[in-house]
Amino acid sequence: MSAPHFLVHNKKDTVGVVVVEGVQAGMPLAGWVMDTDATISVAARDPIPLGHKIALREIKKGEAIIKYGHDVGQASADVGEGRHVHVHNVKTKRW
Amino acid sequence: MDRLRFWGYRRENGRVGIRNHVVILPLDDLSNAACEAVANNIKGCLALPHPYGRLQFGEDLELHFRTLIGTGCNPNVAAVVVIGIEPGWTGRVVEGIAKTGKPVEGFAIEGNGDLRTIEKASRKAKEFIQSASERRREECDIRDLWISVKCGESDTTSGLASNPTVGNLIDKLDPLGVTSCFGETSEITGAEQVCASRGETPEVGRKFLAAWSAYNDVIEQFKTNDLSESQPTKGNIAGGLTTIEEKAFGNLEKIGRKTKYIDVLKPAETPSKGPGLYFMDTSSAAAECVTLQAAAGFAVHLFPTGQGNVIGNPIEPVIKLTANPRTAREMAEHIDLDVSGILQREMTLDEAGDRLIEITLRTCNGRLTAAETLGHREFVLTRLYRSA
Repeated sequence: MSAPHFLVHNKKDTVGVVVVEGVQAGMPLAGWVMDTDATISVAARDPIPLGHKIALREIKKGEAIIKYGHDVGQASADVGEGRHVHVHNVKTKRW
Repeated sequence: MDRLRFWGYRRENGRVGIRNHVVILPLDDLSNAACEAVANNIKGCLALPHPYGRLQFGEDLELHFRTLIGTGCNPNVAAVVVIGIEPGWTGRVVEGIAKTGKPVEGFAIEGNGDLRTIEKASRKAKEFIQSASERRREECDIRDLWISVKCGESDTTSGLASNPTVGNLIDKLDPLGVTSCFGETSEITGAEQVCASRGETPEVGRKFLAAWSAYNDVIEQFKTNDLSESQPTKGNIAGGLTTIEEKAFGNLEKIGRKTKYIDVLKPAETPSKGPGLYFMDTSSAAAECVTLQAAAGFAVHLFPTGQGNVIGNPIEPVIKLTANPRTAREMAEHIDLDVSGILQREMTLDEAGDRLIEITLRTCNGRLTAAETLGHREFVLTRLYRSA
């Protein structure tokens, strides 16, 4: 594949990380799953800055966010596939 | 891999340094002015002003002495002038440093005043720096190198690429007998069980969990919210990190995929179990952590950053790498190694690790880091609690 738009640490992950600048809603994005070397595609449904996360599938409120193959917090609102995942819809389970 | 070598300064106690500083070390805040005056008089000396040293007690006082003595003992330091307000505690620091066999002398201000103290200390500093200037580097094996790691102003690119690059170096150099150290106790929150499983034995893992748990208890006792904007920081959040758990798993990428840590150190405690990876119980604030690692004797520091933390340390060169292409572009003067090519699949992790080994050895041989050229000398002592 050419340079990916987003990277995924682990095949279990429910989020990917956008690694290019200028992602806008409606853009089809190509992703690289690093541990399996697989290629996946998701359409962005929000503008997503470099380094920010995109939902790889629908995530229900209260569901765990999986990254690195591990639980890294929980959804504080329903998150649709392709949406921007960050502090507005995810909360730590610690502190 | 062929044996890796570098050119370093072998000190009286056998440890190898990569810099040759003569340090003017204040015991306490009151002695900063005299130390800075000496460093101004005698060119090439390095004063290390700091805000503490009076009315500390208990474990906090022990940490103060361990940090100051350890800083003087660091092999990047050729000789030390210690200045304190009174002779008792000044002498304690001098005696601690003298155990390395390196030149050290103390001066006390009470009964002398700043000016007489500065004159006497300046004459000694002149002698020390002329002597240090004749020290020569010799070729050393990589096993003589002590490497510390800590990341800062991280973002998601840290966990994707710059921290794994450091981890790749650790996995390659650990079998060659280097001594290395990671810390940031609070910043492993969320990944603490995974970190515990990386201890060489269950006992070492339990020792880590005890240190983590004690630190977490302090946070739980004093927190007023979920620490958002402190941990993760506002910079972390701007860079896309959402929770402490996410930050923790990224942080842990720095210790590689297979290397196990062999012991858990107190803040600024010198490793005593031989070559290998150590965990040190430290703050996650960059300058506090690196100051403690330098005081434990580490000679070179690897610092991955996402959003562009600009930290340096006065005695331990800090090598900065980033995988964030925007940081590499906009803050280029701070970055020693750009590994953003990993994100574009233009560079493999293995290649990035090799490049980091190369720039580390060049730095050990004398190449100045970006932080050194820019004058970053953040020397920040860790306090455990209030003064008496």
